[in-house]
Amino acid sequence: MNMPFYVAPEQVMKDRADYARKGIARGRSLIAFRFVEGIAICAENKSSTLRKVSEIYDRIAFAGVGKYNEFDQLRIAGVRHADLKGYAFSRGDVDARSLANQYAQILGQIFTHEMKPMEVEILVAEIGADDGGGDQLFHILYDGTVVDEDMSVVLGGETEAISDRFGELDGVPELSGGLRRAISALSGPDRSLAPAELEIAVLERGTGRRAFRRLDDPEVALLIGD
Amino acid sequence: MNLPLFRPHDDPGPSFAELLRRSGFENQISPESISGDSTSRIGKVPASDFRHGTTCIAVRYRDGVLLAGDRRATSGNLISHRSIEKVFAADRHSGVAIAGAAGPAAEMVRLFQLQLEHYEKVEGEALSLEGKANQLGQMVRSNLPAAMQGLVVVPIFAGYDLKLSEGRLFEYDVTGGRYEEAEHATTGSGSFHAGTVLKLGYRADMDPGEVTDLAISALFEAADEDSATGGPDPVRGIYPIVATITAEGYARTDDDELAERTSALIERRRARAESP
Repeated sequence: MNMPFYVAPEQVMKDRADYARKGIARGRSLIAFRFVEGIAICAENKSSTLRKVSEIYDRIAFAGVGKYNEFDQLRIAGVRHADLKGYAFSRGDVDARSLANQYAQILGQIFTHEMKPMEVEILVAEIGADDGGGDQLFHILYDGTVVDEDMSVVLGGETEAISDRFGELDGVPELSGGLRRAISALSGPDRSLAPAELEIAVLERGTGRRAFRRLDDPEVALLIGD
Repeated sequence: MNLPLFRPHDDPGPSFAELLRRSGFENQISPESISGDSTSRIGKVPASDFRHGTTCIAVRYRDGVLLAGDRRATSGNLISHRSIEKVFAADRHSGVAIAGAAGPAAEMVRLFQLQLEHYEKVEGEALSLEGKANQLGQMVRSNLPAAMQGLVVVPIFAGYDLKLSEGRLFEYDVTGGRYEEAEHATTGSGSFHAGTVLKLGYRADMDPGEVTDLAISALFEAADEDSATGGPDPVRGIYPIVATITAEGYARTDDDELAERTSALIERRRARAESP
């Protein structure tokens, strides 16, 4: 009878985490940050059809980095969860925190029990009431760790370098200022990113029931003053 | 509530109705649950036992389509609600107006709105106007067993077709049959009289003011002849619901404008009655 080699659990977890991190680092990164009227999500993405950022519900947005098919599957599950919950109870009962917890459960489950972990990092963002405040950014890692971020968050590879370039925000910025900063943080010192290479969407207060809106290339160019 | 994950072979796709079915909501939504598995066993629900919404109209005009509906709900021969709403936004560029059993109608509208939004979010782009109209037809058809027992729901669907850059409107019958109309459409008990007013007053190039006046007078005449249709009620400040759908999207006309136009209409009537 063949006996499997003993592998320490620490080693198994480390291997899986390395595998997931490598997969995530292969893709491009994104930054989400709070601005005066809401939350902006700015991703480096050359494709205008395979989206990284999308709408989940009235005040909730989703963003993912890593393997497209994996985070897209999670995105659709999130839309279904939110729409079912809003139908069964009321639209006001759908919140980002419970969705983030659901995602964490699933990712944690897959990380420990499946053959391979999901090579994704996702963000669930929700804007608060129209009078300001209550904005939430939940950053969920490949192993199910949930981090409740305050002002801004970077997802993907090279997060440290990008976060350093983005820096600490002193106070909540205007959209245009925040975007300029986010774009230069994503591009780094050696290159520049044109609006066509970016996918930008905002959750904006005071724009009616559905707060999610994509910014098209001309609008981005106008905002960053190109 | 768990995160709904499906294996590829039983994924519900972008359909919200299908998602409900796979998530165990079936008993709450299927028409069988209202009517039971055998329609003959329960028989017809008496009209006085449920609320009934009445007249709605839709007219095409220069900028798109106008939808309007009166505010009365009846239970048998009693007025059960004076300010019910029968005209709804379906999504940004379409709207739906419903006559018939109020409970199933409201549920149908809610499911239809959710279906359009759900499709848009899952697929990343909105359904075509034609696709939306067909979806509503399927929902009306699935209500057929309940309709056989008297719980009839007959909607009008109107929207602005962004591909063709024009307003379009669709009528339905209880079987889910879908009929596109070129000029105007009506549904509900007062549709006969309202339809005549629209037919006589219709012109293809009406501006927003003219088409609103025509809609108000069509509902006014319907209320004049049909006991189930409510007329304007200046005492309580209740006026018909009027909404326009144009390239800019769905917009409700506000009550102040409707009050003004209604009193102008009444003034014209009075002048006509007093003239020798």
